[in-house]
Amino acid sequence: MSTTEHSEHSEYIDSETGKMGMWLFLFTELFLFGGLFIVYAVMRSKYGEEFHHAALELNAFIGATNTVVLLVSSMTVAMSLTAIQKNQPKLAMILIFCTLLLAGVFMMNKYFEYGHKFALHLYPGSDVMRNLPHGEIMFFGLYFLMTGLHLFHVVVGGILLTIILLKVWSGKINQEHFLLHENGALYWHLVDLIWIFLFPLLYLIT
Amino acid sequence: MNNPSPTAPLNFLNHKTGLWSWLSSTDHKRIGLLYLYAITTFFLSAAVLGLLMKIEKVAPGETIMTAQTYNAMFTLHGIIMIFIVVIPGLAAVFGNIMLPIMIGAKDVAFPKLNLFSFYVYITGACLGLYSQFAHGHSPDTGWTFYVPYSAEASSNVVIALTAAFTLGFASILTGLNFIVTIHRMRAPGMTWFRMPLFPWSLYATAWIQLLATPVVGITLLMVIAERTLHIGFFDPALGGDPVLYQHLFWIYSHPAVYVMILPAMGVVTEIFPTFSQKPVFGYLPIVFSSLAIALVGYFVWGHHMFTSGMSYESRWFFSFLTFLVAIPSAIKVFNWLSTMYGGSVDLQPPLLYAISFIFLFTIGGFTGLTLGSVATDIQVHNTDFVVAHFHYIIFGGMGFGFFAGMHYWYPKIYGRMYNIRWANIGWGILFTGFNLLYFPMFIMGIQGMPRRYFDYDPKFQLGQTISTIGAIILFTGLITMISNLIYHVRRGAIAPANPWHGVTLEWQIPSPPPHENFDEIPVITRDPYVFDNPYTK
Repeated sequence: MSTTEHSEHSEYIDSETGKMGMWLFLFTELFLFGGLFIVYAVMRSKYGEEFHHAALELNAFIGATNTVVLLVSSMTVAMSLTAIQKNQPKLAMILIFCTLLLAGVFMMNKYFEYGHKFALHLYPGSDVMRNLPHGEIMFFGLYFLMTGLHLFHVVVGGILLTIILLKVWSGKINQEHFLLHENGALYWHLVDLIWIFLFPLLYLIT
Repeated sequence: MNNPSPTAPLNFLNHKTGLWSWLSSTDHKRIGLLYLYAITTFFLSAAVLGLLMKIEKVAPGETIMTAQTYNAMFTLHGIIMIFIVVIPGLAAVFGNIMLPIMIGAKDVAFPKLNLFSFYVYITGACLGLYSQFAHGHSPDTGWTFYVPYSAEASSNVVIALTAAFTLGFASILTGLNFIVTIHRMRAPGMTWFRMPLFPWSLYATAWIQLLATPVVGITLLMVIAERTLHIGFFDPALGGDPVLYQHLFWIYSHPAVYVMILPAMGVVTEIFPTFSQKPVFGYLPIVFSSLAIALVGYFVWGHHMFTSGMSYESRWFFSFLTFLVAIPSAIKVFNWLSTMYGGSVDLQPPLLYAISFIFLFTIGGFTGLTLGSVATDIQVHNTDFVVAHFHYIIFGGMGFGFFAGMHYWYPKIYGRMYNIRWANIGWGILFTGFNLLYFPMFIMGIQGMPRRYFDYDPKFQLGQTISTIGAIILFTGLITMISNLIYHVRRGAIAPANPWHGVTLEWQIPSPPPHENFDEIPVITRDPYVFDNPYTK
């Protein structure tokens, strides 16, 4: 009978297994946002006119900038993975750092955007909001919840990428073992993907 | 936690000792046992709440509690039983302990994630309890959290919602882990159709957990946003739509019924061949009926809302689909019966529980059709009939399936045997009490007794009294069964590795299983239920 302690699990999970787990997790994330998209669809069909008016309040320029920022960050994170696979950890670290920087830019834009809404007293529960028509209240409610939940995912993704950066630095992520890096990149692409749906739904369809 | 004699060979129970070695273990068997102990504790406390509610109803008017307390009690009873006990229940306990062994693996695909999801589960469970005792009123919305009441009630609804959200997250992680485990960790030679049927049922369950739970997660989050941020998604006063909430809630919570029942079906599917010493009848139909239940079960949620305001078309559509989902369930019943037919049936406690599972599940299933057809549903909607129906399915189905599994795998897990005679007696009391408790509720429901009322018209006196007596008998049966099991964990006779002459992989290793399950990963060369194995002779 084997009595070896802690011998059962190697430090690295088999890469196919790990990726499969990540993909399944990403599906659950899509279903999570899917619930919000359903509510959006129902409310939009109910309050088409008012959604139109409320959406005009949003700044499509900042939205578009953030879309570009996230798309570029998706590219840099993908490039960092290729760099690791080609055994160029330094380049990989620079690229992950760029991704984090772009995530920071995204959050900064979001901060100014939210700040502007708050300055106009357009936040749930405010006096201004309370006097708006139902459809507009609903639009801003959805705007804050959807972008807020997305922002939360940006923060989680940022933390994940920071961990990956440190592991590349310490050599734990290397040419042979880059599962975490790959999964982190997948997660970051999901963050990007969800934004690509949020942007037109909230900013462009006016 | 368990101290077998020092001469016993090392196994997963004693290879490391101390509380910390349990709380920090990534061993799937230990995690399964942690779940078992947590779930048993919560189950008993919620069962006491159920008993108290029944005692309240022994006579009309206020007996032992006020209406507000009663409302809080059925809410807590529902939240604990559904979210903390029944949904994780079989998958987290027996799925964790048995799945890797039955497919010939040393552990699940992600052992650390498995431990993590246990702690997420515990966090959710503690939040659920905290919602009761935190400052303010206990939640009184019922476990369904229907808006607008849940958005306006002054009780601790937000904490209870967070608890349900957290528990859902744990459920997702367990499901994810099992899907990957089944895809990636099967022993060499174990093709999909050489896999035993309990893992198959877990596979179907895991997909539901994965695809349905996020929807309720976001829905509960929206109710939280509604309460804290005053975004009126579901509040008509702010332009929201309460029926939309019901849709989103049942999109998860109906499939969740199959999360509860499918693993129980898987357990009894293991028990029938073993105690009939005969291959399971219709392996493929059982596999595909599990998958069909998972698939069709995803699209029947509307039958909870026949009276909530839905179009004529959606009502007949959901009614039709509800009838469809009865077909794969019935296929399974015929398969279990045919498995026993012509076999050498050995009526041990696990089989007693499995047979009563069929009996109770069939009653629950047929009354489900009464509720699934639009015309009759309008008569019995929101009456005790519904309560009786889902207790026959959830308790009679999942609960008895759980007890069946407990009595079946007990000697494997602990390496000791419980007292068979007392197990039989416990079963008899439990089964009698169960039917006395719930069957009168069908009749009272048809006569118009509404659910969730703490008081009733004196004409229901007889039925209510029988039901209360049944509750007391049922509780006695539970105590008998559980004390027999607990008592013999340390004092039972040493059980052989294969007391029931089973043929699936878990019976081919020592009891209790060694830490790593298999010294050498087995190579599978045959179908799972072939009873000419020399090992069983």
